[in-house]
Amino acid sequence: MISVENLTKRYGPHPAVDDVSFQCEPGTVTGFLGPNGAGKSTTMRMICGLTTPTAGRATVSGHPYRELPNPGREVGVLLDASAQHAGRTGREALTLSAYTLGLDKREVAAKLDLVGLNAVAAKRRVRAYSLGMRQRLGLAQALLGDPRVLILDEPANGLDPEGIFWMRGLLRDFADRGGTVLLSSHLLREVEAVADRLVVIGGGRIVAQGSKDELLAGGGTVVRARDDVALRRALEAADLTAADSADGLLVQADAETVGQAASDAGVALTELRPAGSGGLEQLFLTLTAGESTREAVR
Amino acid sequence: MTTTTAPTAGAVAPRHHSPVRRPSLLRLTAVELRKLVDTRAGRWLLITIGLVVVAVVTLLLIYAEDAEQTFGTFFVTSLLPANVLLPVLGILSITSEWSQRTALTTYALVPRRERVVAAKLIAVVLAAVASVLVAVAVASVGTLVASATGGAGTWQVGATLIVNGVIVQVAVVLMGAAFGLLLLNTPLAIVGYLLLPTLWSVLGEMVRPLRGPAEWLDTSRTMEPLFGSDALTGGQWGRLAVSLLVWMVLPLAAGLVRTLHREVS
Repeated sequence: MISVENLTKRYGPHPAVDDVSFQCEPGTVTGFLGPNGAGKSTTMRMICGLTTPTAGRATVSGHPYRELPNPGREVGVLLDASAQHAGRTGREALTLSAYTLGLDKREVAAKLDLVGLNAVAAKRRVRAYSLGMRQRLGLAQALLGDPRVLILDEPANGLDPEGIFWMRGLLRDFADRGGTVLLSSHLLREVEAVADRLVVIGGGRIVAQGSKDELLAGGGTVVRARDDVALRRALEAADLTAADSADGLLVQADAETVGQAASDAGVALTELRPAGSGGLEQLFLTLTAGESTREAVR
Repeated sequence: MTTTTAPTAGAVAPRHHSPVRRPSLLRLTAVELRKLVDTRAGRWLLITIGLVVVAVVTLLLIYAEDAEQTFGTFFVTSLLPANVLLPVLGILSITSEWSQRTALTTYALVPRRERVVAAKLIAVVLAAVASVLVAVAVASVGTLVASATGGAGTWQVGATLIVNGVIVQVAVVLMGAAFGLLLLNTPLAIVGYLLLPTLWSVLGEMVRPLRGPAEWLDTSRTMEPLFGSDALTGGQWGRLAVSLLVWMVLPLAAGLVRTLHREVS
């Protein structure tokens, strides 16, 4: 359980994170979406007590992070896979964390095994690791204390498609067993497949949040008929607004309503489907449009 | 990729633990001690100190006058390599967390940063004490060899000599750590540590009005009496205390405040 209440971080006059609030419930994966520089990482660092918020508060399992007695046993954190000592071996990096957490050394081997870093890789210095291997090591570190909450910043970066697929399975499984997952990404496709809930941030502000289905439904329905004019008339008769889109008419209603309207008017459809991820992508793009360019020149 | 194996599926169920306790300071100190030796840089820094100590004692055995080949001479000379390199160890133990960005992990696991800093200071103090033990051991071997090869080989092992050695080594390693905490940047801290107190030596020599303050602020002068077997006089203690207040206690305090509030990213 993660609870974020009105978190704000200002650097000088500029708010990097502006009045952000959301909750992550046990048993769910929350995708934290936004373009680069939107404030995702800053928000996550504030949740983990690494950055002091200008205003607002965040709790993990009911406590401010800094007040958790042994945070690694409650929350697994992966904020930057590159933040490892280049001169330590993967195994050594995990061993240090295991000592700090008061865990048995066997946990190190078990977690290395879990993330797919074999004995050869574990003995290598992190300097020689690819970004994908560093992500796996970081994930092993996050999972080390068998936490109930996972906070992962762009964990899919550098993973190959097989690795991304594997990680989705791992996170889904973790949530299905009652865990809470918050993972960020700047790529919609990456979180869409695994998240139950989405929190979309742009320019430091939350621009949309809700269940994935809710946000998807907001995308509307795509419908197509051989007789385009008849279809438009049918939709108009049913009081539905239709907009042109690349692959048919985009209607702000669910498929059942649209199908019924067409049927009532006797129009034969060639296609009827939820706008689906395309709609969500549209939403993501429009919600965050301009933000990324503004970030880039700041 | 050849270095990754097919991961075992599942087995990441969140478990409910019995209430967990925070890591003890002892545990954190053990972790920090391990960090001093688990990288090539750290390990070689310590090995270098040991090798240079052996080298200087060997040189003394070959070139020093027979009458000077006493335990006291060997011991005091053995302190010098560590006296130069221990501050670097102190600096690195603090700053490498930031330069290598491991602070992100360290302070995520132990959000009470002052406990990590305390553990680091204890760890480098232990390293300084260990360096004095090495000096005693190497000096003892040197004295034995000297008595066998015609040198004086005198054993005048006063407790004051050893205690002075411990004080000076602990002082320099903490000064290093203090500069590291304050500047949080390896090159800056090393240059600062070497430059600032030395600046006083130079200025004290050149500028007449500064000669007085330099006696109190130049650590190379205030620590000099510690490389001897005599107990320090009241005045010498006073000057040592003032110089350490300025170059160790103040940066340590300011550095702690800075470290506690710094954003980790």
